[in-house]
Amino acid sequence: MTGGAPILSRRTGFFFLLPSLGFVSLFILFPFVWVFYLSFTNQTLTGVTAIQSRLVGLANYHRLLDFETWMTSGQFGNALRISAQFVVGSALIGQALLGLAIAWAFYRWRGAFREIVYTLVILAWIIPDVVVAFTWMAFLDRDRGTLNAILQLLRLAPVDWLIQQPVLSIIIFNTWRGTAFSMLLFSSALATIPPSYLESAEVAGASGWQKFRDIILPLIRSHILTDIILITLWTFNTFTPFLITGGGPAFKSELVSIYTFRIAFQFFEFGRGGAIAVAMMLINLVLALTYLTILRRQGVRT
Amino acid sequence: MARIMLENVTRRFGLVIAVDNVSLPIIDGEFFALLGPSGCGKTTTLRLIAGLEVPTAGRVHIGDRDVTGLPPRERDVAMVFQDYALYPHMTILDNVGYPLKVRGVGRREIRERVGEVAGFLQIAELLERRPAQLSGGQQQRAAVARAVVHKPQVFLFDEPLSNLDAKLRLEARGFLKHLQHELGITTVYVTHDQAEALALADRIAIMNQGRIIQVGTPLEVYRRPQTTFVAGFIGNPPMNLVPCRLEVGVDTAHLVGTTFRLDLTSLRDRLALTLRDGEEVILGVRPEHLTFCGQGDSFAIPAETYAIQPLGAECVVILLVDSTTLSVRLFTGEPPQQTGRVWVGVNPERILVYRKSGELVLG
Amino acid sequence: MRLVRLVLARVAFYLFVTLVAAFFALPMLWLVLTPFNPRGTLAAEIPSPATMANFRLVFANAFAMRALLNSAILGIGAMLITTLVATLAAYALSRTDVPGLDFLIYALILFSSVVTGTAAMVPIFLLIFYLGLIDTLLGVILVFTGGLLPTAIFIMRDFVEGIPRSYEESALVSGATPRQMFQDVVAPLVQPGMMVVAIWAFVHVWGAFLIPFILLRSPTSMPASVAIYSFYTEAGTPIITLTSSYALLFALPVLVLYLLVNWRYGFRFFGGIKR
Repeated sequence: MTGGAPILSRRTGFFFLLPSLGFVSLFILFPFVWVFYLSFTNQTLTGVTAIQSRLVGLANYHRLLDFETWMTSGQFGNALRISAQFVVGSALIGQALLGLAIAWAFYRWRGAFREIVYTLVILAWIIPDVVVAFTWMAFLDRDRGTLNAILQLLRLAPVDWLIQQPVLSIIIFNTWRGTAFSMLLFSSALATIPPSYLESAEVAGASGWQKFRDIILPLIRSHILTDIILITLWTFNTFTPFLITGGGPAFKSELVSIYTFRIAFQFFEFGRGGAIAVAMMLINLVLALTYLTILRRQGVRT
Repeated sequence: MARIMLENVTRRFGLVIAVDNVSLPIIDGEFFALLGPSGCGKTTTLRLIAGLEVPTAGRVHIGDRDVTGLPPRERDVAMVFQDYALYPHMTILDNVGYPLKVRGVGRREIRERVGEVAGFLQIAELLERRPAQLSGGQQQRAAVARAVVHKPQVFLFDEPLSNLDAKLRLEARGFLKHLQHELGITTVYVTHDQAEALALADRIAIMNQGRIIQVGTPLEVYRRPQTTFVAGFIGNPPMNLVPCRLEVGVDTAHLVGTTFRLDLTSLRDRLALTLRDGEEVILGVRPEHLTFCGQGDSFAIPAETYAIQPLGAECVVILLVDSTTLSVRLFTGEPPQQTGRVWVGVNPERILVYRKSGELVLG
Repeated sequence: MRLVRLVLARVAFYLFVTLVAAFFALPMLWLVLTPFNPRGTLAAEIPSPATMANFRLVFANAFAMRALLNSAILGIGAMLITTLVATLAAYALSRTDVPGLDFLIYALILFSSVVTGTAAMVPIFLLIFYLGLIDTLLGVILVFTGGLLPTAIFIMRDFVEGIPRSYEESALVSGATPRQMFQDVVAPLVQPGMMVVAIWAFVHVWGAFLIPFILLRSPTSMPASVAIYSFYTEAGTPIITLTSSYALLFALPVLVLYLLVNWRYGFRFFGGIKR
């Protein structure tokens, strides 16, 4: 069967696609182009420049990348560094590793235990942002928080998590929040591996770790790559930590997403916010292109 | 009931020519099979008749109408798909009654007519079930019922038996042939199974690479395959094809292989008419036209037994002649006593001679 | 020796599983306990006596209830439009023969993951501002529909591709008009996919904070995710009794939908179902 005739004529197909094309052009393509233009203007929300913005060249970028000050607290470089720590800590080490570990632990294991753990992990993932933000603020509270209560039970000194360890706090939070995706991805990847592969390794006398390293890892390598790129992208763009630390104290947990928000919506400097958005989108673009290249290469192989 | 006419029909998909200038008259009321290997264009030809494909060039006629540009619903045809395409969300009653429903037939009448057809096809007690609750054979009957229910002018079958297991398939063959005979509706049947085509069809078209190679009754295509492709496709085991060289003398003729020399003097004049002395040809002979014989027979080929397959009613022996194999079919069912080095005799009345390029020149 | 190793492996497994379960369960403890506690506290303590008074407080608060209604309008609005528009597009992508459509869909996915709500908050705010849709629920619905569509189309296309073309072809040969084919055959077959996309879109929009936070400012249009930050005392500390019960109430639809999906389909995995 070669191709097959279309069930839908091109005309009808075009009409079916039209609403989608409209939405996507207006709310995805147009903002993408516009933000480039904005980043070269001094547009603000209020004041004279709100009505009569003008082109200011690379001024916004100069301010962003002024290498004298950009690493100081509350500047772009600082936000970039914290975002990098956040992504490495919560996405790569936290979510991917923990997700893989849970999926592997429950490989070939069905029953109530698995159901309970999977449900807990998935709930942490789907409950609305503001709700988890409140529960985590309570959980990490210095005086009455559950975490410090546990530390005291273990005869350890309480920590004022959100003040003393803001970055670590949001890293642990985001690991908790997002592990479900990696866990589900790896579980479905593992489910495609025929048990006979492992059984033949067992017959050959391989240990658990050897089986994992020599058989499982090579087989799910492409899934690991997919997972890492997607969660990196999402973690880099998440705004939820703002609801817990507000970026503070003293900009110590100010991620790039929070920095954009502060410049654009607390100072209402849209031109400068645009420049940060451009930087963010370029980073996103690199990640997405990498992902697409991997997808394409997988497509060729199968 | 109607005849079908394909006139110089071509269908291209991009650079691929799926159907290449096919002209085919299908007679009113006949059971017509389109036979060929996968990718030969037989299914596309069927879909062109159904209206699911539009020809790149050429015309399609059903009855007295030119239907080339018409959508399927205006062609009054019915089709049974390879996967049956029974809608999983409808009961069998709704599935079978669907062609009536879209034609605006009332619920009462639908029930009546579906009941009639279902009784005839022995699925009357399954009407309230869903397709997933039916066995493969039952699903096939339900799909046929849906095709029959509105009494179309033309039946189209796209490999309807390929999803059944071997035993059910034989059963379904008999049932389909009987059904078509009863209804007398013009039927086009696509298959890659030559035995199925031979068993079912009044006439068969053998296709390869988008073209029709030969059209004929089952006996015609079995006895006189027009090309080596048809010869090698029809029959199980297929026809033996042995490359050799023709030597024509003043009043002698021989087919010469690396290890044998067959005396074809009785056919000398017919051979000399179309072939030159020394021309490379292909000898074609059906397995049932080979016999074991003694050494030195003038129609004998020396061979080595390779494998013996007793099949009950008959016995198939595979022989090695130089580097090619020959199949011999013995109708006694007894395996041959002699193994190792043997001689097989060829009946010169039954042989076919093909040019090296494949077309039949003698037979 | 082998037995010892087996026992050790078992012990390690249970230890690991227990720790994981604790890590994911403990932060939620506060959420399930405090709403029933008459004393608003940040500690996860068992309420004694347990009470529904906090919920009565919420139900009596017109502003809080209005915000839940706004969330529902946002969620259901975006859900309906996204599902309908994505289904049409996915069907067209799967069943027409225009070349390069596959490339188009990958380009769309790419762009939707580049132009995220976080990265594009500035142009999106300005766009809605110039369209005159600032502080309207419609504006937020449109923005979410645009953002969710590429992924929704992607999920939906998976479903449509899973439907054999022979179903539609058989309907056409049976004599159905394209309209009848859609009604009788296509619509029922794509329904499970539409359900998945609808639930996914609703959950996404229901819980979202940033976009409504930027685009909606008046108390009458605020959704619950923004309104929850209004329950503060004059001293500036949150009223925990109200906030905690409101948070639980706000999470409830998502929990119910999760149970529904789990029961109806099993929580299967549709290529990056949540971002």
